[in-house]
Amino acid sequence: MAKSRDRNAGGQALEPVAGNGLIDRRALLGRGMVLAGAMGAGIGPASAAAGAEPLADDPWSLEIGDPTPLYQVPSKFEAKVVRTLSNPNHEPRNSHSRTPHHLLEGTTTPNGLHFTINHGGVPTIDPDKHRLVIHGLVKRPLEFTLETLSRYPMVSRAAFVECGGNSAPMFSPEPMQENVQALHGLASCAEWTGVRLSTLLEETGIDPSAKWFIAEGADSPHLSRSVPMKKALDDAMIALYQNGERIMPGNGYPMRLLLPGYEGNMNVKFLRRIKLVDQPAMSFYEARTYSPILPSGKAYRFYFLQEVKSFITSPSHGASLKGPGLYEISGIAYSGTGRIDKVMVSADGGQSWAQAALEEPVLSKAFTRFRMPWRWNGGPATLQSRAWDEGGNVQPTRAEFVAARGELTKPAPVLAFPNQHYNSITSWGVASNGEVKHVYA
Amino acid sequence: MFTPERATLAASFLLALMTGASLAEAPNLGKPIDEAAIANWDISILPDGTGLPKGSGTPAQGAPIYAEKCSACHGDSGKGGVANALVSDRKIDGISASQKTIKNFVGDSTTIFDFIRRAMPFQAPRSLTDDEVYALTAYILAENKLIGANDTMNAETLPKVKMPNRDNFIIRFPDRI
Repeated sequence: MAKSRDRNAGGQALEPVAGNGLIDRRALLGRGMVLAGAMGAGIGPASAAAGAEPLADDPWSLEIGDPTPLYQVPSKFEAKVVRTLSNPNHEPRNSHSRTPHHLLEGTTTPNGLHFTINHGGVPTIDPDKHRLVIHGLVKRPLEFTLETLSRYPMVSRAAFVECGGNSAPMFSPEPMQENVQALHGLASCAEWTGVRLSTLLEETGIDPSAKWFIAEGADSPHLSRSVPMKKALDDAMIALYQNGERIMPGNGYPMRLLLPGYEGNMNVKFLRRIKLVDQPAMSFYEARTYSPILPSGKAYRFYFLQEVKSFITSPSHGASLKGPGLYEISGIAYSGTGRIDKVMVSADGGQSWAQAALEEPVLSKAFTRFRMPWRWNGGPATLQSRAWDEGGNVQPTRAEFVAARGELTKPAPVLAFPNQHYNSITSWGVASNGEVKHVYA
Repeated sequence: MFTPERATLAASFLLALMTGASLAEAPNLGKPIDEAAIANWDISILPDGTGLPKGSGTPAQGAPIYAEKCSACHGDSGKGGVANALVSDRKIDGISASQKTIKNFVGDSTTIFDFIRRAMPFQAPRSLTDDEVYALTAYILAENKLIGANDTMNAETLPKVKMPNRDNFIIRFPDRI
């Protein structure tokens, strides 16, 4: 029935490809035409035009606008597009800010909305006084300034950074009634520019006994993490720029370690010291925080990897669909092991699946935007996405994830981190009244 | 004649050539600095005790320091407050991270010294002397009954403290190390 109504401008049918209204993603190739055709088929252009108000000039079209600022910020009408804060009164504890994925599009997180976690406030670092020292098991210890690093060959790459505790509310045994910002807001993606760590290590030389390096920040907790030398010689970067401008204070100004695909906490901010060593330091964060407890009572250590994951950002929890019709399901997929290979979407809680379109370019260890056309028939629907990466890793179903990693016996506070490294499927339930809520399916 | 000395020389020469070749492509602007100049920043402690400074402390010496500088957040005798409990006999049951304590989870005693020295007290990090850090570490370990009430913690004794949960970890991705 729906099939006969859904035709594009060429009169071709929009093929349903899975249950509950999912439409062939090839319809997206001529998306404007398809939407026009589908809308037209539903509404009827002649009747809609009949009682339309005549268009008038608004005040802003009749007077000179505001002066041009030195550094522009978003329109005042976008004041709700902000991060949420876990510690707004700056109490003496950690502070988290979460990215509003449901209010953003594309794959690049604007710098002002990139998530941050700081463990002792945001330090105010004088870039002229900041130093990076590389020492320990090297042939010659060296000290670098921001100015000297700026003379080195630079590389730019997109990379997501995700807290190892992102999505932790989903360890709860029932679906927390929270939006995608609260659930998954501790992940963001930017273009980072800087100097490869391997370039600097060529200059210091590496003692063959070096197996790890310890990275340390200039913030008040002197945050410190151990990283295998394998990563140092692979794609580790001393990042100096974030989306083309100097790194934001909350993201590690004036320089941070970037370890593409690895747990956010390891991407040490305000980086001031790298020490090559023969064993991991077992610092607080690797010994305790980022060692998740398993159902067996043992715990994982050195998790490092942010595994393949995806979630739908639109529509998502808190949205209200305005009547049946054609919608685009859109979301984000990423994997710490490489590129996203494919994303499957379901509108019937996983009973049937269809392959989503991926926005090009699909970059390694970066956000990939997926899209899926969907005709909502006004009945209950459960929207899900599931990602595969180029290494053949697949995002686990909730049942698979809980079987391997367990779940809590009762819900935890949404801001708590009851466990780490959750990467299972997120489900959004659409009710007949159009309300979208977080569900487990 | 080929001798080991000549071989070494030749190898050094080759290495110099190779190093020279690779360095020629970078601006080579790192300023040499010796470990003595880095010492004040070099606060990394390894589980085998590497990096532990001179000095020592006992639980009795740590108790008054704890009461003055730590208890406001971590509670009397480490029982917990706005910040985590440091002394607890809680057992782990289920996967919740909120159960983690020094005694039931942390695998290496050096982690305690390292974290106190680099990050505590929260409002005044790096304000404690090394003796004070040893004393606080000793106090916390003794309150947890992981060392005796009269044991002294120093660079030699601290790494030998056996933590109960030490062998209870699984390396998640061994091929990445």
